[in-house]
Amino acid sequence: MSMFSSRNWREFPQRYRMEAGKFAISGKTYFPPRVVDPTNGDTEQSMVKLPETGKILTFTVIRTPSAMFKDIGPYALAIAELTDGTRLMAQMTDCDIEKVKIGMEVRIEFRKVQQEMDHGVISYGYKFVPKWY
Amino acid sequence: MREVCVVGVGMSEWGEVWKTSMRDLYVHAAMAAIKNSGVDHIDSMYVGCMSGGLFVGQEHLGALMADYLGVTGIPAVRVESACASGGFAFRQAFIEVASGMSDIVLASGVEKMTDCSPDEDTNALATAADAEYEVFHGATFPGLYAMMACAHMAKYGTTREMLSAVAVKNHKNGAKNPVAQYPFTVTSDQVASSVMVADPLRILDCSPITDGAAAVIVTTVDIARKLGKPYVKVKGSAAGTDTIALAQRADITTIKSATIAAQKALAMAGKKIDDIQFAEMHDCFTIAEIILAESIGKYKPGQAGPETLAGETSLEGKFPINSSGGLKSKGHPVGATGIAQIVEVYKQLTGQAESGRQIPKSPKIGMAQNMGGSGASSVVHILEVA
Repeated sequence: MSMFSSRNWREFPQRYRMEAGKFAISGKTYFPPRVVDPTNGDTEQSMVKLPETGKILTFTVIRTPSAMFKDIGPYALAIAELTDGTRLMAQMTDCDIEKVKIGMEVRIEFRKVQQEMDHGVISYGYKFVPKWY
Repeated sequence: MREVCVVGVGMSEWGEVWKTSMRDLYVHAAMAAIKNSGVDHIDSMYVGCMSGGLFVGQEHLGALMADYLGVTGIPAVRVESACASGGFAFRQAFIEVASGMSDIVLASGVEKMTDCSPDEDTNALATAADAEYEVFHGATFPGLYAMMACAHMAKYGTTREMLSAVAVKNHKNGAKNPVAQYPFTVTSDQVASSVMVADPLRILDCSPITDGAAAVIVTTVDIARKLGKPYVKVKGSAAGTDTIALAQRADITTIKSATIAAQKALAMAGKKIDDIQFAEMHDCFTIAEIILAESIGKYKPGQAGPETLAGETSLEGKFPINSSGGLKSKGHPVGATGIAQIVEVYKQLTGQAESGRQIPKSPKIGMAQNMGGSGASSVVHILEVA
């Protein structure tokens, strides 16, 4: 599917800066931000930056990637819980895919995620790397 | 609300049906259901389809299918809820008859998945996940269910053998289903040594890419009685939803949408889960059947794997699951699957299951559970002999 630039840059606050929405009444943080807090209907929120470390809750190794990711497969994909309790999905990188484990500590880093064909839009965003510092 | 029943069922050929177009597959199934029921007309129709647009470049399926079925003029609309499109189409037909708006409604589903490349299939199916926060990062459908499997195995000790047991059982049933795409048996060792797709799921843990259509006639008890054909009552119909993205769920080892739908459907039918004697469940991957059997409340969390391994969910077991072969062996034309589940429950309740896959002791109450995406939507129906 074509990645129009508006669709890409609309997500920059989340993909480049890890901005989440924190609602005024419940204090709950959502990533990505939502217009309405599903727990109480609140719409007043402020943007907060997510913490950069967490641990893996579950993972897989994608051995039959979609066309977009064929050149980087196989790769590990994981859901991590960050130190503030927020959960998100991203690729694991800079690690041996056979050594990924539940509970493994990870750090979020800014990386190239995908590129639309040879001359298309390059999309950057976050990936997990093993936390070693 | 009026009492509603299913009076006739039909299916097209299922599999890699290269010679037949989407519209012709659909018409074969719809005509079979109409003929099987004996109705002389239909008042309206619902077409469950996940993505005609991406699989064959065709939308506007309600009108198209009404046209080629030769019933132009009647209301016809396509219903979409990813892989649960068929189940939701059936629910719309149920509501329309129950409300009194129509007396005879065609509930149907279709998907034509082999007119495009495997890469295009992967992309089309992935649109049922969160495009910006899952697929963007390289998630595929086997990958999402693999992450559920990984978590379920870590939390409950579910094993490779238990996952394989689901595939072995469903292929054993599917081998007796004349429409099954893969009507052959597999061994536990074959499943465990098949090629890895997304750890820990292997190719024989996955349902296939399928062309196919299914249709049923939904009507009132009065009309069904006058037709003089076997019919079953729809006692419960309910649906539930959950977050689109897996990461946002409080617990990814259960499917909350299925729990909600099952509880509501049981309450509507005035039944308890142990009153249900068999079920068709959405085994898009082996782990899905295990998690769903727990989510609908049949087994405690962590118990569905051991029960499957012990044969409890086999055709001869206490609670047969997927007597049709399930999505795993019968095939999974995504928009048609939910309707095909109703077809199987109808056949079991009316004693018409072919080739030795009839559940022993003539069951009286069955359940069909159909699910969309990684479980963001689910629909459950409870059918009972008339």
